[in-house]
Amino acid sequence: MTAVPLVEIAAVIRSKNAGPYELTLDVVFTTREWYERVVAAHALTAEVVARAYGVPVEDVLHLVEFAPAAAIKATLRRPLVCGDPGETDVYGAQQHAPLLALVLDLP
Amino acid sequence: MLGMPSGDHDSQRSGPARVPGPAPGSLPGTVPLMAPARAIPQAGELRILAPTAILGYGFPEASFEAGLARDPHVIAVDAGSTDPGPHYLGSGTSFVDRDAVARDLRLILRAAVARRIPVLIGSAGGSGAGPHLGWTYDIIRSVAAAEGLRFRLALISADVPRERLSAALAAGELVPLGPAPAATPEAIAATTYPVAQMGTEPFVAALDAGAEIVLAGRAYDPAVFAAVPIRAGFDAGLALHLGKILECAAIAATPGSGADCMLGTVRSDHVEVEPLAPQRVCTVTSVAAHTLYEKSDPYLLPGPGGVLDLRSTTFTQVTPRAVRIAGTVLRRTPYAVKVEGAVPAGYRTIAIAGIRDPVLIGQIDAVVAAVRAEVAANLGVDSSAYTLSVRMYGKNAVMGQREPYVGPPAHELGLVIEAVAPTQRLASQVCGAARSTLLHIGYPGRISTAGNLAFPFSPSDLDMGAVHRFSLHHLLTVSDPLELFPIRVEQVGGAS
Repeated sequence: MTAVPLVEIAAVIRSKNAGPYELTLDVVFTTREWYERVVAAHALTAEVVARAYGVPVEDVLHLVEFAPAAAIKATLRRPLVCGDPGETDVYGAQQHAPLLALVLDLP
Repeated sequence: MLGMPSGDHDSQRSGPARVPGPAPGSLPGTVPLMAPARAIPQAGELRILAPTAILGYGFPEASFEAGLARDPHVIAVDAGSTDPGPHYLGSGTSFVDRDAVARDLRLILRAAVARRIPVLIGSAGGSGAGPHLGWTYDIIRSVAAAEGLRFRLALISADVPRERLSAALAAGELVPLGPAPAATPEAIAATTYPVAQMGTEPFVAALDAGAEIVLAGRAYDPAVFAAVPIRAGFDAGLALHLGKILECAAIAATPGSGADCMLGTVRSDHVEVEPLAPQRVCTVTSVAAHTLYEKSDPYLLPGPGGVLDLRSTTFTQVTPRAVRIAGTVLRRTPYAVKVEGAVPAGYRTIAIAGIRDPVLIGQIDAVVAAVRAEVAANLGVDSSAYTLSVRMYGKNAVMGQREPYVGPPAHELGLVIEAVAPTQRLASQVCGAARSTLLHIGYPGRISTAGNLAFPFSPSDLDMGAVHRFSLHHLLTVSDPLELFPIRVEQVGGAS
């Protein structure tokens, strides 16, 4: 196994609201080869995302591998409904940082 | 194909038909194509100019001119989003500047009226409720008057009567979307401006009624782009997928921009997208990646009356600047529209301040807790009547509990002290008490005894006005796609 930092094989790592109740995370890989290696190794799963964000895996509502964009998308339950008291990020656009620190184990 | 969708999370997705049914847009009186005085496209294609991602975000005139040079059959722009949060829908105000909207409309209407190109605008004023529609209508009329423009304007409202929502709730026809909670009679009663997202059908009906410019309230984002191709008989799935991309204008290009123009072309078995500024291109990756944007599942995209199914979609680079999309299918579902709403939640006052003292930074959590207790004890107001929060930029203010960083503290902190209360007066009082208490509170080891805060502004406190919370994010079943969206057509600028 090789430890590969996600930032080295992803061209895009971003977060954004998907409606007021969900936060969606996109990872677009630099090449189709990296995408396929990550998918084949099950290296970026709902469990991995839940651990990175310190949330129960049930809060990862979807995890979708999207081949046309060589991308993996995970959608989390928002910690607060968008704009509710205590909100820290109305657009959800700066919630990607835990993914920047991920290191994937790839064969 | 990898990555089949895993769940059945969006309730609108339930029970997709295997075969697309008859188009609900084929209403009586539907004519083949276009508003008056426009020829049916000869080359079997239809071109759509998308000037900007949100009306009022702006666009370069050179890009717009390049788009006009391609002889578009429609200019379309979606003005809306729930991204800026619940306040704008809840208060009936726009998140885009009035003069910025007037500037965009001046260029669009001038070109469209001169060339007799229909213009479709969705989600007027950002949130698309009555006040937003009226606000944009006023801007259109003043631009038309200033420019001497005359046209037939359709106004389509998207306000949902509360009684309609209450009846639907009782009948089990108001279903929460995703993690939204079930609606309640109380939430419906308190919602200031309930709106529903219209599909393409009201736009088609407005064009059929002779409108040249259509200004609509809340609309499904792709509807303004897909309505004219669907009316002309092009495939609805492809037209809506094109709309999904054009609604963000050049954001799907690379380098991306929400303030630049995109051209969409619809043909019988595919659509194409191409940016109009020479420094941008569309690539397979930029367009496919845009399909992920702001959605929970990129393979199945629910909308009014159908689910866009992308499981067989292909993206192809056809020129160095243009990408072709084929294979997207619209699977018809029982017609339901998304309902949105927000309720008032008090008033907010904030204060902004910095902290540079390392002794204080080292124990800031304990000091803020002490401030909170002192305010509660001294204010003479039940602390359950207000909420007081202190965001500390430099210390987990962006991610809160989910912040993974552990390491040395920042050398300075930016504080936003926030009070929310039932009245502006109480919010102001609570914020002021927290600010002055934090400024002078003592703490162990304090050596900087003159004051704890660096204020960038005088006055230090800012009344932010009314606060809102989202209250509705539901699907409402309707019997007719036009039911909730009355259309009024009028002449602007005198008889033509």
